[in-house]
Amino acid sequence: MLRDNTSKVVFIGGILIIAFGFFAPNWIVNQLMFGFSRALAILGLLVLWRTGLVSFGHAFYFGIGAYTVAILDIQLGVTDVFLRLFGGACLAGLAGFFVGFIMRNYRDIFFAMLNTAISMVLYGIIVKTESLGSTDGFAISLPTIFGVAPETKYPLFVVITVIAMVSALLVNFYLKTTVGRLTTPIRDNEIRVEYLGFSVAHAIHLKYTMSAILAGGAGALMAMSLGQVDPDSMINWTVSGELVFITILSGPGNVIAPFIGSLVFEVLRTYAFELAPHLWQLIVGGTFLTIIFFLPGGIWSLIMKFGRNKS
Amino acid sequence: METFLTILLDGLQFSSYLFIVSAGLTIIFGVMKILNVCHGSFYAWGAYTSAFFIGKFSDMGMPDGLGFLVIIASAILVGLVLGFLIEQVILKHMYHRDEVLIVLATFGLFLVLEDVILIAFGTDPYFAYQPMALLGSVEMGGITRDVYGLTLIVVAAIVAIGCWLLLNKTKWGTILKAVIFDREMGISMGINVPLVYTLTFIGGAILGGLGGAYIAPTISVAPGLGTEVIVLSFAVVVVGGMGSIMGAAIGSLIIGLLRALAVHELPQVELFVVFAVMAVVLVFRPEGLFAPAKPRKI
Amino acid sequence: MKQSKPILEVRDLLKTFGAVVAAKDINVDVSRGEIVGIIGANGAGKTCFVNMVTGYLKPTSGSIVFDGIELVGKGPREVTQAGISRSFQVSQVFHTMTVAENLTIALAIATNRGVSALREMETPELTLQRDAVLKRYQLEKHKDMTVNVLSQGVRKLLDIAMAVVSEPRILLLDEPTSGISVEEKFDFMDVVMGALKEDNVTVLFVEHDMEIVERYVSRVLAFYQGEIIADMSPKKALADSKVQEFVIGKRH
Repeated sequence: MLRDNTSKVVFIGGILIIAFGFFAPNWIVNQLMFGFSRALAILGLLVLWRTGLVSFGHAFYFGIGAYTVAILDIQLGVTDVFLRLFGGACLAGLAGFFVGFIMRNYRDIFFAMLNTAISMVLYGIIVKTESLGSTDGFAISLPTIFGVAPETKYPLFVVITVIAMVSALLVNFYLKTTVGRLTTPIRDNEIRVEYLGFSVAHAIHLKYTMSAILAGGAGALMAMSLGQVDPDSMINWTVSGELVFITILSGPGNVIAPFIGSLVFEVLRTYAFELAPHLWQLIVGGTFLTIIFFLPGGIWSLIMKFGRNKS
Repeated sequence: METFLTILLDGLQFSSYLFIVSAGLTIIFGVMKILNVCHGSFYAWGAYTSAFFIGKFSDMGMPDGLGFLVIIASAILVGLVLGFLIEQVILKHMYHRDEVLIVLATFGLFLVLEDVILIAFGTDPYFAYQPMALLGSVEMGGITRDVYGLTLIVVAAIVAIGCWLLLNKTKWGTILKAVIFDREMGISMGINVPLVYTLTFIGGAILGGLGGAYIAPTISVAPGLGTEVIVLSFAVVVVGGMGSIMGAAIGSLIIGLLRALAVHELPQVELFVVFAVMAVVLVFRPEGLFAPAKPRKI
Repeated sequence: MKQSKPILEVRDLLKTFGAVVAAKDINVDVSRGEIVGIIGANGAGKTCFVNMVTGYLKPTSGSIVFDGIELVGKGPREVTQAGISRSFQVSQVFHTMTVAENLTIALAIATNRGVSALREMETPELTLQRDAVLKRYQLEKHKDMTVNVLSQGVRKLLDIAMAVVSEPRILLLDEPTSGISVEEKFDFMDVVMGALKEDNVTVLFVEHDMEIVERYVSRVLAFYQGEIIADMSPKKALADSKVQEFVIGKRH
């Protein structure tokens, strides 16, 4: 599993970051936690993007992950970080598995929009339901790790970083398997893939379910990092839009890209809001256009170019 | 009886402005195969422009009736300027690229234009009630309605008839239908497709702007206007069929009446019901109810 | 020398699209190892026949039995898995990937069925197999080039090579030489047919060029307006009056 360069970088990088976090100030640790949590969702969207599919509704799974944590906490008193994560990811994955039966027959705009519609149905339900928190949402108690309630955010940060590493390594491995390689071929010529003997619908269903699990895990971790959930930060179509934005910003080239892109987004958001709150959308939109026109491979392609020039 | 009439008229009014906006969106999609997310911006800009100038002219002491001219002028101005700029500067260079990428680009444009509104007009809401106040209200069937709201229905009908006439009774309409059906064939028959694209986009933008301009006197024009309308007009276009004016009309009626019903009878499902219908249509009939026939390629 | 049981038995195949009859009364038996040429004017029903045999189109009625298995009702994927592959008139390849990557994927799909699709794809064995295919089809010099910069001829070679790696027992080629220049046609077919003969694959190919047909096939099926009007050796077929009139276009 650790044979290729990417795996090595993920592993070593992860360990370095965990060490770094021990000494880093709180606000940096927070940024890293938010960034890495969200990056999990981007990992899933990356796989779909390579297959030629863009979902404008993955906030659906992100939200399920987040709200599962809230319900586990408030209704069932579950505080363990792993149980919460597992609950969120599994429920989202289950939802993705069932929705996947329908979704695997759609492409292009219809794929994007059906996802949006489903996510907005959930948004509508939550916003109008008091017991689900409505527009206010819920506050979430701090998670415990192996039965211990930590005093600082550092242990949670370590957990999130480890989960991030493991996910990156798993997805990286997946992308080297036969079914995992069926991303670009499906995008280029679906009919040929069928004629070669592989079911495109099955391949897409698998990828979609994976992306749901990852997005659900992301939502769960984000909820625990933030300490709260609410529909506008977790399920609204604007959240889905953000996820798509970060995916394009990162570039589809490598599993490390989502983590870089997510962190850049996090930093950008914090500073943009401080310096010029009325310009956030302009910056995002402008960056979107710039990437689409001038850097379709995202930040990762820039890093690759830079790396090549140096050697 | 009063409730029924109220719901009916609310629904029709809602459907009307939805239709005006969605007609533009569906025509752009039909001809250019682009799902234009920044259509919401045309609506918002139309609303802000007309509200701004109605307010200005009212301050200058001009007659309230001028407001109607301002509305039409705002729509045309927004459509011409924004539509032309966007199509020529951004879209023209993307026609050969993946259709999803183009949608993402229009999404980026939408975000940019939303903030430009904030910069140009500020965050405070605008009120331009003068044209509405001018027309007063009327008693019908036991309830009181603003005449202005009823004129909205008339305007929508005019737009619908106008589109129908354009598409079915003029040479331009035939050209449009040809390009909708098969762009390649259009080119090989000598149709100036780039020109058709530019004019279609501007036309669609004008309609989007008209929806916003006309609704401005009835609401407080504030940030976030564009966001609401995008998702709703998407739902209309999905339900009715992308590229079909008739579909936009029926879709608007369905969505509009459903929403009015929900708001009055079961407010909890107001948001949910529109998207549920959209999801159902996408699952069972993704082309929509009235999608134009597609040519068979081999 | 004929085998006792044909590898492919087509019975009373009919295909209509509304009022249009695309294929009618198609009855053919093909024996193992035969090389069959399918000729006919455009629109005569040749590609329709290929589409039906490979599961892309469902016949309105009739049966297609391959080595005892009924194919009607199966889609392209199942037909391929059963052992029939095809190449395409317009080469269907993965245009943003290199020639080598195209072949690797084709090989991987063919060899890693079911759960083994979750194992790492690029094993040394697979790479060796792929290099052997590259050599057989003379694609070595293009190995690391992206498909969309390559000529039609190379793309068609790749298209056929990809169809062959699943070791099909029947191979259908749809106009293999169309788009290839006259000078290169024979070289092209020599490479393809040479590689196929080695594996004793049964081949049916649609072709417009009569010289190619004469040179490589042992049997000709002539189509006209959806029906087979001749089923004989190439020499006899080209001399046949119906074939002359309706396929080649000579009038008496």
